[in-house]
Amino acid sequence: MHLQAKRLSKLALSPVLMLLSMLGTAAWAEEAQRWQTNLTPGVTELGAKIYDLHMTVFWICVWIGVVVFGLMFYSILTHRKSLGAKPADFHESTSVEIAWTVVPFIILIVIAFPATKTLLEVYDTDDADLDVMITGYQWKWKYEYIDPNGDNVSFFSNLRTGKTEIYNEDAKGQHYLLEVDEPMVLPVNKKVRFLVTANDVIHAWWVPALAVKRDAIPGFINETWTKATQTGIYRGQCAELCGKDHGYMPIVVNVVEEAEYKNWLNEKKSQAAEIKALMSKNFSLDEQMAAGKEVYDKSCAACHGANGEGGVGKAIAKSPIATGALATHLDVGVNGVPGTAMQAFGGQINDVEMAAVITYQRNAFGNNMGDVVQPIDVYNFKQGK
Amino acid sequence: MAGQSNNGHETYYVPESSPLAFLASISLFLTLFGAASMINDMSWGDPDVATNSKIYFTVGLFSFSAVLFWWFRTTIVENLAGKNSAQLKRSYVIGMQWFIFSEVMFFFALFGTLWYVRNLVGPWLAGEGEGGRMNGLLWPGFEYNWPMNTTPQDAVGIANQTIANNGTFKGADGTVDWTHIPLINTILLLSSSVTLHFAHHALKEEQRSKFNMWLGVTLILGFVFVGFQVVEYQEAMHELGLTLGAGIYGTTFFFLTGFHGFHVCMGAIMLTIQWLRSMKASHFTKDDHFGFEASAWYWHFVDVVWIFLMLFVYIL
Amino acid sequence: MSAHHGPAKGFTRWLTTTNHKDIGTMYLWFSFAMFILGGAFAMVIRAELFQPGIQIVDPEFFNQMTTMHGLVMVFGAIMPAFVGLANWLIPMMIGAPDMALPRMNNWSFWILPPTFLMLASTLFMDGGAPNYGWTFYAPLSTTYAPPSVTYFIFAIHLMGLSSIMGSINIIATVVNMRAPGMTYMKMPLFVWTWLITAFLLVAVMPVLAACVTMMLMDIHFGTSFFSAAGGGDPVLFQHIFWFFGHPEVYIIILPAFGVVSQIIPTFARKPLFGYDSMVYATASIAFLSFIVWVHHMYTVGIPVAGELFFMYATMLIAVPTGVKVFNWITTMWQGAMTFETPMLFCLGFVFLFTIGGFTGVMLSLAPVDFQYHDSYFVVAHFHYVMVAGAVFSMSAAVYYWLPKWTGKMYDEGMGKAHFWISFIGFNLTFFPQHFLGLAGMPRRIPDYALQFSDFNMMSSIGAFIYGASQLLFLFNVLRTILAGKPAPAEKAWEGAEGLEWTLPSPAPYHTFTTPPNVK
Ligand code: HEA
Ligand code: HEA
Ligand code: HEC
Ligand code: CUA
Ligand SMILES: [Cu+2]
Repeated sequence: MHLQAKRLSKLALSPVLMLLSMLGTAAWAEEAQRWQTNLTPGVTELGAKIYDLHMTVFWICVWIGVVVFGLMFYSILTHRKSLGAKPADFHESTSVEIAWTVVPFIILIVIAFPATKTLLEVYDTDDADLDVMITGYQWKWKYEYIDPNGDNVSFFSNLRTGKTEIYNEDAKGQHYLLEVDEPMVLPVNKKVRFLVTANDVIHAWWVPALAVKRDAIPGFINETWTKATQTGIYRGQCAELCGKDHGYMPIVVNVVEEAEYKNWLNEKKSQAAEIKALMSKNFSLDEQMAAGKEVYDKSCAACHGANGEGGVGKAIAKSPIATGALATHLDVGVNGVPGTAMQAFGGQINDVEMAAVITYQRNAFGNNMGDVVQPIDVYNFKQGK
Repeated sequence: MAGQSNNGHETYYVPESSPLAFLASISLFLTLFGAASMINDMSWGDPDVATNSKIYFTVGLFSFSAVLFWWFRTTIVENLAGKNSAQLKRSYVIGMQWFIFSEVMFFFALFGTLWYVRNLVGPWLAGEGEGGRMNGLLWPGFEYNWPMNTTPQDAVGIANQTIANNGTFKGADGTVDWTHIPLINTILLLSSSVTLHFAHHALKEEQRSKFNMWLGVTLILGFVFVGFQVVEYQEAMHELGLTLGAGIYGTTFFFLTGFHGFHVCMGAIMLTIQWLRSMKASHFTKDDHFGFEASAWYWHFVDVVWIFLMLFVYIL
Repeated sequence: MSAHHGPAKGFTRWLTTTNHKDIGTMYLWFSFAMFILGGAFAMVIRAELFQPGIQIVDPEFFNQMTTMHGLVMVFGAIMPAFVGLANWLIPMMIGAPDMALPRMNNWSFWILPPTFLMLASTLFMDGGAPNYGWTFYAPLSTTYAPPSVTYFIFAIHLMGLSSIMGSINIIATVVNMRAPGMTYMKMPLFVWTWLITAFLLVAVMPVLAACVTMMLMDIHFGTSFFSAAGGGDPVLFQHIFWFFGHPEVYIIILPAFGVVSQIIPTFARKPLFGYDSMVYATASIAFLSFIVWVHHMYTVGIPVAGELFFMYATMLIAVPTGVKVFNWITTMWQGAMTFETPMLFCLGFVFLFTIGGFTGVMLSLAPVDFQYHDSYFVVAHFHYVMVAGAVFSMSAAVYYWLPKWTGKMYDEGMGKAHFWISFIGFNLTFFPQHFLGLAGMPRRIPDYALQFSDFNMMSSIGAFIYGASQLLFLFNVLRTILAGKPAPAEKAWEGAEGLEWTLPSPAPYHTFTTPPNVK
């Protein structure tokens, strides 16, 4: 089935084939909540309140609709010329006019009360147990756990779904487009305050189950909060048009027991410490070449070819940049080439990895520049020194 | 003397078909298309690739001016030929009034912007207020003052800002002192409104030479105003380092005064034409001088805008 | 020099005309062309969203399609369509010989074709067409925009100019050109709604012009309106945009209200119920529309007091709008209704627009909007009010006045088919989008998670059906013009009232050169 769907979707322009492949789509979506038609109450108290408010207004609208449309259809069915209806000629009545101005007004006031109350709660970010800074980038999220002692933990969270799935070459996995390489991890039953901002354009951080949506505005911090009452994995997406890959910057939040969270955080911290330790280390060319090859194969080879021969990206072998000034090479690696597929890797791989991979590119594939880049060089470069 | 229909009712003059509007559209389009291309060449163009953008723009602008000239000429001739009924004249009046209203709304947006950045954004960026209380994390050390001579970027340093660099906004070294040129300009512009009023009065009393004289004085005041404005800009840019790129203070300063200045120029051109019409062709009578009246309204409007500018841009 | 000429001969007639009927016709055809263009963009969107995965266009181009679809539909299709109606009808309805400023009228129209040509040509420029949504939020539309943004900015300037001149013309016409005895409170409601719409346009188009000018400055001249680094604020853009943008949506719907208020009484054979309150309701909606704009920005981080103010103000709009809906229904009440195509579209309007209004009220509740915002729920909301609202009422208007315009009668069977196919196609397209939004699908994405597959597929199929029904419409109109049966001499509809129905069909080139006396 999948294989067929894959081949068929290649010919997607033909409507008949499109219909056939419908069956394929149905099969992929087995476990996700297909046919979901309503808001989720989610796993927070606030979310449940929002859901209740949503349902209240929904039913109020339905009842108003029943009355209004009921009258309309009654009139359509009975007051028709073909049934011999004779038109009346009344055309005003101050009392009914007043009635149907006042009644909706009262209904609105009734709705306004719970809405106001809930809104005030949404805005109540005080007394949080934990602060997480969320920064939107084109097109990934950065999460930074603010530590009172300044021992912050931060990492990027990228889309994990591969190009082949997106371009229908491979079957789409269950969490197609809603999976990331590194999720945000949060402790259950804790009030978490999010400080939301962005690096480039406006994004919006939205996880329906946590009832959080906040715009990430470059240069400003927005506060919001959540308090998940159940462990589990909750998924969401960027909700503000932010350019080409706006559809490809998902959010995954893993809510776990407090102890598990602590472990995770400590592990993150020790990883950071390890990297910090490596930062000041001096590596030999061989060490860097070995480490660099690993990074290269993982992060660069897809575009630059396993042997630096190029592909989506330009060839690295004999590349004027890889054989030119180190600063330029670092610049391309760290900041990318705007407007091309060459992303800014400076925020995606750490300085140790960057140093290794740049060294590798400068010495592999016959480039033989002979220079060794150390993590501290990358660090200094980033600091603009 | 407007046309009469058979039952004695005054008819409304509906002009015959005319190429004016179509030509105006095409030439205006050419102007703006050229302008867009020129601006794009400037920002992204390859200096080695020759483009025709300047030609489009120039040709467009000239032909647009020519069409407008022809258009106004046509309306004037029609009026002189007595085709315009009182009702048609009322249409012109209404048209001009609502046009000025649209200009009011344009300036409303500009002043609204100024209000917003001064009273909300600045304090927020400095970490004040509910919406912005955490912004201190992004712009440590930034303190809000108006005029903002230290931009948030200046305060933290370009390399340390937490947003991708999209420009350099270096605050100015000083601010324009309202007691110098702006005060002179206020006096100039306010008196020009008064002299214009005298001119109007003279016209209503059919004192042609007095009218010409007062209108002439108004024009001189207007042009001197523009001249001073140019001097002020020069000083701001060269002595104070105050440019469009000097952060939000420079931005709003030039944007507001610039658009006002542009409107002064438009008003001055309109009045000049009225002056020429009176001088050369003895147009206008005591109760038929809409061209002048419309330009005068415009001028008074520009004057009122200046008072607000003086208050909110220069003094406060 | 008499004004009793027929039209000039040949093509230059259209370039040089000062006649409100010619200009109205050009507006209507232009807007239909734009509707097809915008609709074609929508078809690309729906085809891409037929299935998950990238199928026929890449994400970059998809964003261009979404943006151009919104821009072309709003500024190119709906607004000019109603201006075209205004041109045709207002002078005939108030007994005026023409619009107040006929040459400027022609100018307002002729600005549009080159402008939209320029906008459409951005599709072929380096870097592609605008890709930042029809709301073009900075800094995506400034620092991060493709070079075509400069052309986009000037296109907005030009169409703003056209709208402002068109509106001034309408105001001057209504204020100054009413026939003797045609007092304000006797004017047909369509004229009233347009008078108020024109006021809105003159008030907010300059604000939009200021907004795009600031973008221009930020992009090319180093200003920092929308950059925090220089002391500006990206959110400032949104405030300015929505100060224009919210009134804009009522600019779209008020003339539609006017149309429906003309047509329902005709087919109910009963005078409009509550004329006075309709006028006051329209004015209240216009007034309120200036103080609700932040409801598009609930999630940007507005201080809570502001959020509450704008929430209450937004909810209030339901009251005057409700008055309108109730008045329409009471007009039908105890009427003697028949259901020709214009009436069907009006009934569809009342039904579906009200549903769209209900979702509007749901959206207006700030805390819940935190879940709805930028999801397909919003997309569903605004297509209910704009397609089933504005577009349905335009269809109704065309069928209703076509006999007056052309002197020919359209084919009723085909008209009814058009209605029913549209009605079904429309609901199939946009009803499931409510579900998609509630289930968490963001808008403006070219590709989506698998659980959204089924409803998207339904929606796409509906969209193709709805789109195809528009071909039927086009065919019906063309057939009427070329080979329609002659329409009844004056009144095409038994219950029709109003000055325009006292004129022969087709309406002569110049009408009411001598003002009628209205009693
Ligand atoms: C024709 C255009 C049109 C119209 C008429 C409306 C009408 C309304 N709209 Fe809509 N709206 C849009 C076009 C329109 N809208 C567009 C284009 C967008 C999206 C823009 C974008 O982001 O791209 C949008 C988005 C939008 C939002 C932002 C959503 C978001 O992005 O998060 C909100 C929020 O408050 C909103 C609210 C309303 C309300 C309260 C009304 C009210 O006017 C509705 C009033 C009508 C009724 C309520 C029905 C009849 C009344 C009764 C029967 C009386 C009794 C009823 C009650 C007491 C409930 N609209
Ligand atoms: C009044 C304005 C208006 C109108 C009439 C429409 C009409 C339609 N719109 Fe809408 N739309 C908007 C205004 C409008 N839209 C706006 C403002 C946005 C937001 C943009 C943004 O996010 O920036 C939007 C966004 C929008 C989206 C969301 C895109 C996204 O978020 O990525 C979608 C998706 O389904 C959509 C679909 C449609 C469809 C199917 C129609 C149909 O009704 C169109 C039907 C018409 C035709 C199809 C043309 C006529 C017929 C033919 C050309 C014949 C050939 C066709 C066939 C044979 C099938 N529109
Ligand atoms: C998604 C594709 C992609 C990936 C992954 C990628 N690159 Fe690139 N790279 C490109 C493209 C495309 C260019 C050409 C840019 C241009 O047009 O100037 C490029 C150019 C370069 C250049 C300059 C080559 C030259 O001669 O101009 C260097 C150096 C480089 N990349 C290094 C890296 C490193 C280091 C990595 C991994 C950490 C990497 N790239 C991963 C796409 C990629
Ligand atoms: Cu990030 Cu959309
Ligand atoms: Cu709105």
